[in-house]
Amino acid sequence: MSKFLRSYRFWITVVAIAFMAILPIKASGYILGVLTMAYYFGVFAMSWDLLFGYAGEVNFGPTFLIGLGAYGAGMLNSYTPLPMWLCVIAGAAIAVVGGVALALPALRLRGPYFGLMTLVAVLLLLQFIVIFAGSTGGEIGLAVPDVLSISTDANYYYALVFMLISGGILFAVSRSPLGLILQATGQDPIAAQAMGFNITKHKLFAFCLSAFFSGLAGALMIFYLGTASVNTVVDLAVAIQIIIAAVLGGRRTIIGGALGAIFLIVAGELLRPIGELSNFVVATVALLVLLFVPDGFLGAVLKRRAGL
Amino acid sequence: MTLVMQILVDGFVISSLYALGAIGFTIIFGVSGVLNLAHGGILVVAAMVAWYMGANLGLGVYPACLVGILAGIVMAYLTYYLVVSPIERSRRIPAEEKEIFILTATLLWGIMIQEMLAYIFSSNPISVPRLVPGITNVFGVHTPTNELAIGVVSWLVILGLWFFVNKTRFGKAILAASINPRGVSLLGFELSSIHRLVWGLYGLLAGLAGVLLATFIGASPTNVGDLTASAFIIVILGGLGSVPGSLLAAYIIGFIETLTAYLSDPSYRTLPALFMLIIVIYLRPQGLFGRR
Repeated sequence: MSKFLRSYRFWITVVAIAFMAILPIKASGYILGVLTMAYYFGVFAMSWDLLFGYAGEVNFGPTFLIGLGAYGAGMLNSYTPLPMWLCVIAGAAIAVVGGVALALPALRLRGPYFGLMTLVAVLLLLQFIVIFAGSTGGEIGLAVPDVLSISTDANYYYALVFMLISGGILFAVSRSPLGLILQATGQDPIAAQAMGFNITKHKLFAFCLSAFFSGLAGALMIFYLGTASVNTVVDLAVAIQIIIAAVLGGRRTIIGGALGAIFLIVAGELLRPIGELSNFVVATVALLVLLFVPDGFLGAVLKRRAGL
Repeated sequence: MTLVMQILVDGFVISSLYALGAIGFTIIFGVSGVLNLAHGGILVVAAMVAWYMGANLGLGVYPACLVGILAGIVMAYLTYYLVVSPIERSRRIPAEEKEIFILTATLLWGIMIQEMLAYIFSSNPISVPRLVPGITNVFGVHTPTNELAIGVVSWLVILGLWFFVNKTRFGKAILAASINPRGVSLLGFELSSIHRLVWGLYGLLAGLAGVLLATFIGASPTNVGDLTASAFIIVILGGLGSVPGSLLAAYIIGFIETLTAYLSDPSYRTLPALFMLIIVIYLRPQGLFGRR
């Protein structure tokens, strides 16, 4: 433990958290708003990384889980008298149930088919939301009566604390024996099975954990925004952004996902003045990183330190 | 009765176009294992170049369409050389993760194409004048002759492709490469030259599909994602890498969509096909004709 306290990875983390924590003193409300979104995105990307980086399963539909959590919580809040925090927890539970319903049969599939199932799940959810526009708000979006807070600072701290706790739990899981089993499963499922591990059970657990945090983040995010709309929590474009964030930050690092998400959202905002071309520039940068620094930011740093 | 005929005619035209669009996609996967998620982008580039040549540079419909198809081929090669090939040859990306890298990279490439097109040509939908003017009466249904021409052209190209793959030396090499790549290289064929040939073929098919689409329902940079998704769905249903499977799947999806659009509400159009896809994947994950 004392060795850990002296390692500079620990101190970098402490300094980074301290910096994020004192930021509201100086930064404008606009910057805080952008970062708030980025922190929620960070949780999306970290949850995705647990599934891809460790369990080796490509989930093309992170927004299926996020959307279930967000719309589940939003609709409960709109149509029942339940208090907000209960709706958030229920949203996360709905995401887990939906995730299990999707994953239980899909995890039997090998190769790219798991990824394809998750992709179709998003398309289906999207269609449902649009078709049942009467109760879901359709393409316009669903306004939720409650909001997390009207203070920018408070919202910023909610998102920050949420990201830090989720990141801490996901990171701890990835470093636990369970994380090692998942990693073994991802790299060589047959060998992992031969060692006596029930790989489907472990993968299902990873999927549930990923679904729980995705759903929770989705639910919290709509109570921050005040509306649930397809464009922010379900659309494939959002799913793509999450995948890009996780790959940019560095696969199999968990924390990299949060870094990638913050980079992506902030870069998107900074490039807003150049208008239409901003998406083009972000996509180009992401593609170049993918081609030339395939381990992502954090992955490249860690590899260099390990002397590889 | 007219309704039945109308569904049959419309379903046939849409399905043929779907088949043409999806076939290149499936060949690329079958031969080189690449799922090209920039597919829709290539279709729209071909469509918009053909439109630009015709509407702004005053080319006739046919030359404009030829330039559009050429643009499709160029885009296919750009995709291969700039995006796919660097990842395939990279030593820093572990082999088991190349698949997800190619998927993510082609997806990004598709977004780049879409944004660039929107920047240059704007996002307004465009359409290319009909290749064949006039209206034909098909058993009481007034159908633009152009739509029938699209169906016929699609089928001629598909038959030509069948002939090429089964009867010519290069075509047989492609077929062999999709069955056993190592075996083909042992027989003295250069796998990378087969891949180049396939990407050219893919560009041709995608370019043609894009141009025909532009003469039929038009195109816009915002369609890129939808077009990729529909090709993707057809190919999954038919079985990844199976050409007959993709053909059948294109017709199943095309007709189900047309039926839904006519009999219920056009906004439900894609829903039954998605449901069917989910059931098929659960029961038969390799798709109708896929190999596991």
